[in-house]
Amino acid sequence: MSVILVLILVSLVVAIAFLTAFFWAVKSGQFDDTYSPSVRMLFEDRVKKEKEAKND
Amino acid sequence: MNPLKTIAKTETKCYHCGEDCLEGKLTFDEHNFCCNGCKTVYEILSSNDLCDYYSMENTPGFTIKDKAEHSIFDYLDNESIKREVLDFEGEGFQKVTLYIPNVHCSSCIWLLENLDRLNPAVLDSVINFSSKKLTVNYKSDELSLRQLAEMLDSIGYGPQINLKDADDSKKPQKAFDKQLLIKMGIAGFCFGNVMLLSFPDYLGIAGVEEEYSSFFRYLSLALSIPVVFYAGSEYFTSALKSAKQKFANIDVPIAIGLLALFARSTYEVIADVGPGYFDSLVGLVFFLLIGKWFQSKTYAALSFDRDYQSYFPLAVQKRIDDAFAPVPVKELKKGDEVLLRNGEVLPADAILIDDHASIDYSFVTGESVPVARKKGDYVYAGGRQVGKQVRFVIQKEVSQSYLTQLWNNDAFGEKETHTKLIDKVSRYFTIVVLLIAVISAIYWQQTDPSQTWLVFTAVLIIACPCALALSTPFTVGSVMRVFGRNHFYLKNADVIEKLNATNTIVFDKTGTITETQGEALKFCGPALSEAEKALINTAVASSTHPLSRWIKQFTEVKGFDYTIESFEEIEGKGFIAVVSGLTIKVGSAKFLGVEKTNINNATQVHVSIGDDYKGYFSFEATYRKGLTNLLDALKSKFNFQVLSGDNDKEAERLESMFPEGSVLRFNQSPEDKLKAIKEIQTKGNAVIMLGDGLNDAGALQQSKVGIAITEDVSLFSPASDAILKASNLMDLNKFIKLAHEGRKVVVASFILSLLYNCVGISLAVAGELTPLFAAILMPLSSISVVVFTTVSVNLISKKIKLK
Repeated sequence: MSVILVLILVSLVVAIAFLTAFFWAVKSGQFDDTYSPSVRMLFEDRVKKEKEAKND
Repeated sequence: MNPLKTIAKTETKCYHCGEDCLEGKLTFDEHNFCCNGCKTVYEILSSNDLCDYYSMENTPGFTIKDKAEHSIFDYLDNESIKREVLDFEGEGFQKVTLYIPNVHCSSCIWLLENLDRLNPAVLDSVINFSSKKLTVNYKSDELSLRQLAEMLDSIGYGPQINLKDADDSKKPQKAFDKQLLIKMGIAGFCFGNVMLLSFPDYLGIAGVEEEYSSFFRYLSLALSIPVVFYAGSEYFTSALKSAKQKFANIDVPIAIGLLALFARSTYEVIADVGPGYFDSLVGLVFFLLIGKWFQSKTYAALSFDRDYQSYFPLAVQKRIDDAFAPVPVKELKKGDEVLLRNGEVLPADAILIDDHASIDYSFVTGESVPVARKKGDYVYAGGRQVGKQVRFVIQKEVSQSYLTQLWNNDAFGEKETHTKLIDKVSRYFTIVVLLIAVISAIYWQQTDPSQTWLVFTAVLIIACPCALALSTPFTVGSVMRVFGRNHFYLKNADVIEKLNATNTIVFDKTGTITETQGEALKFCGPALSEAEKALINTAVASSTHPLSRWIKQFTEVKGFDYTIESFEEIEGKGFIAVVSGLTIKVGSAKFLGVEKTNINNATQVHVSIGDDYKGYFSFEATYRKGLTNLLDALKSKFNFQVLSGDNDKEAERLESMFPEGSVLRFNQSPEDKLKAIKEIQTKGNAVIMLGDGLNDAGALQQSKVGIAITEDVSLFSPASDAILKASNLMDLNKFIKLAHEGRKVVVASFILSLLYNCVGISLAVAGELTPLFAAILMPLSSISVVVFTTVSVNLISKKIKLK
């Protein structure tokens, strides 16, 4: 049954990793502006577009 | 050629800004444009292969034609100003953050983040949409800050640079918000884990696997430590602070509850007598933080603390020897000679030394018709020069001017404190809870001393006013969101409660209850024919004078196509234009050689076509539509006052509109307005002040709730508690109504949460409170209060027809 102890500790470590990721996200300003990323991801990929233009 | 010949043209929309314009009048690349400004922007973008700008949103641009001329950024070459504006300066590159008020859609984001295609010297540019701030990294040897600003201006996204913002951009942005998010993260993380770890105890598994249960309990204890001492720390500091002032705010019972929970649970775990209440404890902190976050809804793009500094320019052209060069306005001294170009703001009181100037005081008084000034006139700071460049001699330093002196008043210090409803309730709440806890402890001391401390702590635990503390944040948070949807933006949540405590509404006149746009215009004289209107329309299109813009709007007719052959503007008088062979004169009565018919002193613009005098356009104040309805709706609860900076020529009209007993004051200086508010307050009244200009700033500050009225919320508005878009002014009664109803919702949810408390406390007094019961009751009460408040606020707002 001691495997439960190990499992719980491992799950805690994983959860803490996610918590750290959240801290990093907050500190790096990902919650400062919640609108523009949603639009930005829809923009055409520029490098690809220039290549296409050359091919034409 | 018959000048009155008509050419039918179909109506279409400008490809850039979406304004109505004529098909084929101004085309480029098979697209129609309303003006040269819009066309130029299109040309710049298309020549840089940036036409995707137009494919994302229809007509994403801002109209250019209202801007007579592009803004002037030459002061950005001045080293000391540049240093103030720049965020960072490195070897060969610079970083700057600029506020761009025109940002409004996804096309804007796309264009502004592709600036490097417009100019390769730009390394990268990132926009923060919510605060409308653009951060640009660029190579400083290839592009100067001034050129960057000019480039942005040329594509219709001119940055707004002023004294206040230059200081602000250096500060770390909203560290508080980030801290709250991190605290919420920790509390949420621990809440989830502790809840999982508590399940075995609730389900009775602990009895079988004794060895694990203590492991789970110690783990819960460890997880709750950061929650209590980091995430919940501000409840303790706030409680201590208010205890020092001998006043129990809502944080006092919360802090007592948290401490009792933590102490009791730790004791249970260490003494190995029970599982403790860690899940309730951690969940409680998590919910409280969510409430805090919900209430702290802010409008990053709006500023509620602007003073004259954020309106005044950073620099002004000063004469140094024989040339004019930009100097920071702070360095201006009495006797300096300054040069003001079209659209620039006079930063200090000064005397005009050129012949004519026409000064637009719309940001100061709300009056949008420019005032003419002659040589030798004393001109107050804050006016914007319209038209040709003029020279002034400074008479006072910036901070000592007529207008800016206002900010030296005490009203700009600490605002009066407002006791919140929740704090009034919590005072009694704390006393009652402590009494119950002590009495039941004494009772158990007599009957079963071993239970004394357990019952004492159980009462404190279950009485912890989590639901009580959540009811206000969620109610006001929802009310603020409803207000925001209706373009009424509050500085913070306290404004709603303050709104409820008021009984007097004070209006500024010009710009607040009168229209600021050209609707105030009417034509006096024989009615103009369609063709004559079109002729005038074509002529005024070439004029940069602000009045011309309104005449142009007024004379807009379809189906004519005239061309302008010559145009000459005579400063301070008017202009002569030749349109399709006809001479058109527009200007003052003197300029046209006619007698000025003096009606109400309104500004008049006279017109003649050919040799015929046609009449004049009169600019009169018109009151906003629906004002009388609004006053009717509010008059049962409020007294009204009007503070006008103008003379009393409108007194009669105002008297007929305002209900009896309203006080109208005229010729009020900015100081007078402030004093008037003070006077009303000394009679025991609480005031809502509505104003729009810098001259109302003192009154807005002094009143309980100062509401700044503005046509465009991203433009300047004086410091205030709330910003209201002018088009929504007539909803003011609904806003006040919703604030009142919101208070009722808060009271109802208080009662609801107190009912939960009564159940909980009676169990606790009887010594029957189990951790499982606490774990169910406490979140249940919180969640039901949250649901009740948000749902009822939204239902009420629907009922009173707010969006």
